Formats: sequence, structure tokens, C-alpha cells
Amino acid sequence: MHPRRRKLASIDSPLQHHFVGLEQQHEASTLGMWVFLVTEIMFFGGLFTLFTVYVTIHAEAFAEGSKHLDLLLGSVNTAVLIGSSFTMAMAVKSAQLGQRKPLLGFLVLTMFLGCVFIGIKGIEYTHKFEQHLVPGRNFHLDSPVAQNVQLFFSFYFAMTGLHALHMVIGVGVLTWLLVHSWHGRFSPTYFWPVEVSGLYWHFVDIVWIFLFPLLYLVARHA
Amino acid sequence: MSTALGDRHENYLNVDSSVKSWLLTTDHKRIAILYLLAATLFFLVGSVFAGLIRLNLMTPYGDLVQAETYNKLFTMHGITMIFFFLIPSIPAVLGNFLIPMMIGAKDVAFPRLNLLSWYVYILGGTFTLVAATLGGVDTGWTFYAPYSTVYANTNVIVTALGIFITGFSSILTGLNFIVTIHKLRAPGMKWSRLPLFVWAHYATSLIMVLGTPVIAITLLLVALERGLHLGIFDPALGGDPILFQDLFWFYSHPAVYIMILPSMGVVSELIACFSRKRIFGYEFVAASSLAIAILGFLVWGHHMFVSGQSVYAGMVFSLLSFLVAIPSAIKVFNWTATMYKGSIAYDAPMLYAMGFIGLFTIGGLTGLFLATLGADVHVHDTYFVIAHFHYIMVGGAMMGYLGGIHFWWPKMSGRLYPEAWSRAAGLILFVGFNLTFFPQFILGFLGMPRRYHVYPPEFQVLNVMSSAGATILGVGYLIPLIYLLWSLRYGPPAGPNPWGAKGLEWETPSPPPTQNFEKTPIVTEEAYAYAPTEAEVG
Amino acid sequence: MSLGFPLFPEQASTIAGQVDMLLLFLIGVSAIFAGSIFLMVILFAIKYRRRSEKERPRPILGNLSLEIIWTVIPLGLALIMFAWGAWLYFAINSPPADAMEVFVVAKQWMWKIQQPSGMREINELHVPVDRPVKLTMTSEDTIHSFFVPEFRVKKDVVPGRYTTVWFQATKPGEYHLFCTQYCGTNHANMIGRIVVMTPEAYGAWVRGGGAAESPAVAGARLFQRSGCAGCHLPDGKGPAPSLVGVFGKPVTLTTKQTVIADEAYLREHILTPGSKVVAGYPPIMPPFKGLLSEDQLVQIIAYIKSLAAEQKAKAE
Repeated sequence: MHPRRRKLASIDSPLQHHFVGLEQQHEASTLGMWVFLVTEIMFFGGLFTLFTVYVTIHAEAFAEGSKHLDLLLGSVNTAVLIGSSFTMAMAVKSAQLGQRKPLLGFLVLTMFLGCVFIGIKGIEYTHKFEQHLVPGRNFHLDSPVAQNVQLFFSFYFAMTGLHALHMVIGVGVLTWLLVHSWHGRFSPTYFWPVEVSGLYWHFVDIVWIFLFPLLYLVARHA
Repeated sequence: MSTALGDRHENYLNVDSSVKSWLLTTDHKRIAILYLLAATLFFLVGSVFAGLIRLNLMTPYGDLVQAETYNKLFTMHGITMIFFFLIPSIPAVLGNFLIPMMIGAKDVAFPRLNLLSWYVYILGGTFTLVAATLGGVDTGWTFYAPYSTVYANTNVIVTALGIFITGFSSILTGLNFIVTIHKLRAPGMKWSRLPLFVWAHYATSLIMVLGTPVIAITLLLVALERGLHLGIFDPALGGDPILFQDLFWFYSHPAVYIMILPSMGVVSELIACFSRKRIFGYEFVAASSLAIAILGFLVWGHHMFVSGQSVYAGMVFSLLSFLVAIPSAIKVFNWTATMYKGSIAYDAPMLYAMGFIGLFTIGGLTGLFLATLGADVHVHDTYFVIAHFHYIMVGGAMMGYLGGIHFWWPKMSGRLYPEAWSRAAGLILFVGFNLTFFPQFILGFLGMPRRYHVYPPEFQVLNVMSSAGATILGVGYLIPLIYLLWSLRYGPPAGPNPWGAKGLEWETPSPPPTQNFEKTPIVTEEAYAYAPTEAEVG
Repeated sequence: MSLGFPLFPEQASTIAGQVDMLLLFLIGVSAIFAGSIFLMVILFAIKYRRRSEKERPRPILGNLSLEIIWTVIPLGLALIMFAWGAWLYFAINSPPADAMEVFVVAKQWMWKIQQPSGMREINELHVPVDRPVKLTMTSEDTIHSFFVPEFRVKKDVVPGRYTTVWFQATKPGEYHLFCTQYCGTNHANMIGRIVVMTPEAYGAWVRGGGAAESPAVAGARLFQRSGCAGCHLPDGKGPAPSLVGVFGKPVTLTTKQTVIADEAYLREHILTPGSKVVAGYPPIMPPFKGLLSEDQLVQIIAYIKSLAAEQKAKAE
């Protein structure tokens, strides 16, 4: 037997002592992640609600702010993220089927796409800095509603920044999964860390699906 | 240490007494004790602030402290008591200790997250204490904008971040309880057999999980606005200060249900045990907990009846606020009915439970005054509100907490505390509490506003009464602190079930072993099955 | 109501008595419920006290009829309280059309009052008895709250918008004015008094204050000096709409939305004109943010209001 495989054979069961069986542990992990995602919905939801109120009150200013956003880069990022959700789903499937190499491949692909997303976001942020649209001392705009445009950008940075932070954490989680997959930790009887991380990743994707239209599209035509 | 605590058998306390084993524990019972220590510390800090407030208010002229100091005192009192004592107290101490045992499990679903929640709590608390030593904050615990975001000269950002961090502790606890209750129940422990303590914590956890993220984002935005001058809540920059209030109260109203539901759960356990009878209307009490949790999210606007909120919105919130009061009333009636033809014992936990019923009833009824639009206009932002919420928080939640601590003390520590002292303390607390807070209802009617460090002299008599009561209350809190600590070394050892109570936790030794049960229990009877019903006998 | 000990403040407004009646109803219902619960708990605790450790009371699982009764009755009482409270609240928030208009600008830590006669007061408000008085209020800084316990009225005073409160005093005398929304260090010192006078005394007080100009007259002067009159010509032939008769009427904006030209709209439009431009006009009005104080804004708005009243009078 390959030396690494021999080492795997002696890995202790992933069953944690307070669970009666792996099935219970699986169900608990899944429910736990769903509950956590609900808290994230409330967190982003509060921010989104506030934004929606302001887009109604300051329609013109928010439309003007939205026009400064790069629709092309935003759309590319949307495609990137949707693609990464696909690769993540494939990773989960590979883990369920115990296919180590595809699992590793899809995880790496997902991480790569995540980094592309973050990179493009970085480019957008840099542009905004150059265009003097970062709220605070950097901000300068010649417009009768400049102040409310600054408010738009406060929301832009808060919402996309929070989202990007969640992406970075997601990439961190994927790294952890990568390491464990490399050591052959996952199998058809123990794969749900991948599954549950997939739930998180899909959620971060869905947040963007709401964020993109709200910031880039709806506000533009307000 | 190892000879004093539970020396007769190996248990969760004496299995390893190294500091590392405590700081890296994943045992829900040890985590509960860690929370007990920290929460007690915060309670003492918050009480010192309260004492200084009441001392200052003995005279109308603010002779004890300057205005700015007083404003910091009431702010820090509110923040410490609400975020660092009341919200964690029963769930993180009693909930953590008991829920796994009550459902027949070995631990909560995510023991490491449980430990993390304690560290997050300590981190948030440290932030806030640091803010206090740097000079504190004076915005009121409600952080209303634009005072907090623009005009305050105190440590708003550090404090806001401290509370933000602590919120995650709450979220993790709630998440853990929800998954634990859903997935880790022992065979036979159907939902309809769960102790009402567990039902209450389930409902509380729903609120923790749904509401806390909203205060998190609100405080984050306050910190950002203050730091970067953004204009979210500042009208001078195009923002809306009333929107802050909406966002703030969306969490902070359900938060009060986080503070009261667990103690209602405790009271159900105490009334059942010390009446030696099943809770009357079990399903109604359980359903009421859920109803309160859900309806509690729909009433936040009742804090804003005079804020400039639309009159019609006010009417909707008023109606819903009356609806949320009904389930609480149902509980009180069911507890009283449980006592009917029961076998009532007067042990300290029962005295606390009966005290709860009395004081919570007053607190709840005075809530109706605040829900009544035409009446609220007069009493809003006066001492009436202060009296109302202290009746619920102290007369209600705190009494429930103390009753629970006394009830499960033998289980947690393996020791019995002196009964006579415990009953005396309960009585002293009851008297001291009423003397402190009942006069404040009248002060409110008479028009004394809250958050005043000086006041018109005609209000002095009632203020002196209130401060006198506060002294008695303080004594009442010190007494249990002393004898409970004393019992750890000198109290007689407790057996597994000194109260003759029903419940899986009483079927383990006192203190319990780390894994709670030798074998997973199999549940065959309903909750509080002290005696069979007529139907079951025949 | 004589307890020998004051439970409520003096009733000094038309609404006070009604508020007190509602409060007494609430107290009565609360006392009955609380009293019954206390009685039963104590009674049961004594009557059913444990006499032997071997006692095992027969459990009574529940009683549906009882649950229904003690849900429906409290619900019914709650609905009564709600309806009564809502009706009273509506009255509290409905100032009569002929109310005397006073402007209040709150700031840390004082109340600045502008009487219709033009008299200015600080921390004091003189009003005639038996006349409805409507206060239009805003803050220069934080949120404050205008509270007169003896009148049973209260309203937050919010920066960036106008809130209103009204009362009709029924008894001459002096009454507490409290700020009741925490607003910083001297929140507790932001108190004043309402001085209610007989109509004759009030008239004398107004006259005695010297020839002060009414807010509308001061506003007319500001309107000229700030350059408003240059574009807002009365015949509407300038680059900006005429403001005659505009107050309180609907206007259509460039966004096709229709808004009412009330105090709030006028204030916002003067400070940041770019946000809600009237349809058919170019967005060329300069912003007056930072150039006009809340007091001055209130005066200009009073002037614009007076144009509407003038036009109405002319038409009649």
C-alpha cells in the first residue's frame, strides 16, 4: 500500500464524542450552518433595508452615484462568482463520492475564482480612490447632490466591503478544506465539512446576486 | 480545592483542576461556570454604577457627581447590565449547564463554539471595560444619533465595538441551543416532553439568532459614521436619525424578550417542583414562549410614539404590543393554576418564583400603559419607564435567575446552602426592590424625566425612598453571594435530588460527571410526571 | 381625585383630564388583575402548603375553557385600552386649524422660542389661556424632546425636520418645561417654564415687549437679502417658480413625483435644492446649507406661509 494511504488507514473516526453517531453529527452540522446563514441574512438584511430606504429618499443622488460604478467589471464579477458556485457544487459532489483528486481540483478552482473576484473588487476600489469617490477625506465631487452621492458610496463600500470580507473568510475556509482533502480526510461517510462550506459559499454568492442589482442596476435607474 | 468540591466521586469539577483544563474546556458545565464567574463580575460592576446613581439622586442638586460623570454612570449601568449581565445570564449559565442534561445529551452540539462564545464575551467585555477606564461613554445605552455619532465627546466607538463583539457570543449561544435541541434529544424525549425551561430557551435562541445581527450592523454603522462622518444618521449630512431608532429598536425590543423568556422557563421548573405537580396548560405555556418570540419582532415602534413617527404606524405598533402581552398573561395564569391543589413548599427557589409572579405581573401590566398611545405620550422618557423595565428585568429576570441559581446550586456544586439565610435574603430583596422602584412609577406620573442628574426639589421625597430601597436591595444581593461561596467549602454535600424534583438532570450525581450520563437515558414519561393523572391511574 | 398626596401633576390643559381618565382606567384594571393574582398565589401557597413529604397531588393537565376565558378577556380589555389610547393619541396629534403658531428651535441646552408677534424667548413660553397653541419645532443639533407634564403633551424635537405639538392651556400659572430626550451634558438643566396668562395679560405682555417684528416680516427681509426675491418673482416670470400661494399645495417634481410644499419640503429645498426640483424649472438654485440658521429658516418659511394666507385673503 502507498505509505500515505497506510497512514490514512489509522486515522481515528471523525465522530465527536458527544454525538451518538455520524448521522447525528452530519445533521447537526448542516442545521448549524443553516442557522448561521440565517444570522448572516439578518446582518446583511439590515444593511440592505437601510440602503433601500435611502435609495428611495435620495433617488437622484443614488442614481448618479451608481453611474460611477463599473458595470462591466461588476458583471464579470457576477459571472465569476456564479462560476465559483458551480465549481463548489462540483467539489461537494466529489467529496460525497469520495473522489479525492476531483475534490482537490474543484476546491482549487473555486479558490482561484474567489481570488479573481477579490482582485477585480480591488481594481474597482482603486478606481474609486482615483476618482475621489471614497467617503471621507478622499471624496470630492462636483454635483449639487454631492453629499448624498457620498452617502451612496458609503453604502457601496460598506456592502461590498462586508461581502468581500466574507469572501476572504470563505477562501480561508476553502484552504482549510484543501489541507484536509489533501490528507484524505473526507470520504462518502464523512464529507459534510465540504457540503456545509459549500452552503456558506453559495450564500456569499447569493448576497452578491442581491448586491449587484441593488448597487449597479436599481440605483442607476432610480 | 479538590477536597472541597465534590470529593466523593469523579465529577466535572474535580476531574482536572489545572487552569489550562478550565480555560480550554469544551464541557458545557465548565463553560457555564466560566460564564457564571464573568457574569457575576459584570453584575457587580453594573451595581456599583447603580449605587452611585441612586446616591447622587438623594438630593435634587447633583451633589455627588458632575453632570458628565452622572451621564456616564447611567450609560455604563445600562450597557453593563443589559449586554453583559442580563442577556447572557440565564442562557449562558443555566442554559449551558442544564439543556444538554435536560434532554439526555452528553454536551451541546458544538462544544468548541461554546467555548469560543465565552472568549468572545470576555473580549467584548474587555473592550467595554477599557472604554470605561478611558473615561466611559455618555450616550445612554440607546446610542441615539446624532448625539452618539456627532456630538458626544466620549468613547463611543470603542464601546460600540465592544458590544458588537459581544453580540457574536449571543449568536453562537443561540445557534448552539437550536441545533442541540433539534438534534441531540435522547430517545423518547419528544418535543412534547421537553421541560418548559428548554422550550423557553429555544424561543430565546430564535430571537438571539434573528435579532442580534441587526444590532451588530447598527452599532457598526454608528462607529463608521462617527469615524468617517458618513451621513447615514446625521441629518446635517443627509441622514435620518429616526432611521437609527428603527434599526436600534428592531433588535433592542426583542432583546428584552431574550432577557425575560429564560427566567420564565426557570419559573416553570420551580413552580412545578415546589407544587409537586405538572404545569397546568403545558402546551399553552410552551406555545406562549414561541408567540412572544415571534410577536416580539413586530412591536419595536412602541419606543417611538413621540419620536415623529407616523401616527398610523404608531397605531399598528400599539395594537401589536397589546397582542404580545397576552401570551405572558397566559403564562402567569397557568403558573397560578399549577399551584391550585398542589403541594407547596417554601424553599428559597419557590419564594423567588412567587416573587417573580408578583413583580413580573406589575411590570407587565405597566407595559400596557406604555403600549397605550394616549397614555404613553405622558409617561414616555420618564421614571415610569424606568420603573416598568426594572420590574421586569430585576423583579422578573433577576428573581428568576436567582431562583434558578438556588434551585440548581446543589446540582452544580454538590453542596447545599443554608436555607434560613436564603429565605431571608429573598424577602430582603423583595422588600428592597419594591421600595426602590415603586416610587419611580409615581415620579413618572408626576413628570420627572429620566437621565436627569439634577431634578426639581418637589421630586426629592420619592427619590430618597427609592435610594433607601436601593441600599436594602444591595444588601439583599450581597447575602447570597456570601452564603453561596461559603457553601462551596462548608455546605453539607448534596445528593442527586435534594428537592425531589422530576427531570433528567436530577437523575445524575451532584455534581454530575463530565459525560453527564453513564448510559444515554431513554425517556418514557411526560415532563413533571410527579404523579399519574386520573386517566393514567384508571 | 384626592389622595392627599399628588399622584398626577396638575391638570392644566384640555387634554390633561382625558389622559388622566385613561391612566386611571389602566391603573384600575392593573390593580384588579395584579390583586387577583397576588391573592390567589398567596392563598394557594397557604391553603395547599406541603404537610408531608409523601404528598403526590393529582396533576391537572389543563382546561381548554379556562385557557380560552383567560385569553379572550384580557384580549378584550387590551383592545379597549388600545382603542381608547389610539383615539386620544389622534386627538393629541391633531392641532386645531386656528391654533396660534409658535416656533421652537432647540439646541444644547436651551429652548429658543419665536412668538407670532415676533417676540423671542429663551427657555420660557408665554401663552394665553383657553387658546390652542401649536408649536412647530426643530433642533439645531441633537434630538431633544419638549415635555410639559401639566399639559400631558410631549414630542421629540428632531434635527433636520419639523415636528409639531399642540395644547390648549386651561389655567393661568407657571408650568414645567422639561427636555426629556437625553441630549448631552446639561440635559437635566434644559428646563424652562410655560407661563399661561389671561388674554388681557398676554396682550399686555406682547405689547410690552416692544415693536418686535413677526417671523413673517423678518422672513420677508431675509428673502430679499439672501437673493431669493431675484429669481422667485411674484408673477412667476423669473427662472424660479413664484411662491405666492404655494405653501401647503401639491407641486410636481422633475421626477414626476408630487409632494406637498409644506414646512419640511421648503426647509429641505432651501438647504439642498438639487434633490427635489420642481418640474419645468432648471436646477440652478444655490444651496443655502450653512448660510441660514434654523431660526432664519423658520422666518423665511413663515414669510412664504404668509403669502398663501395673503392670497387667500385677497381672493375672498
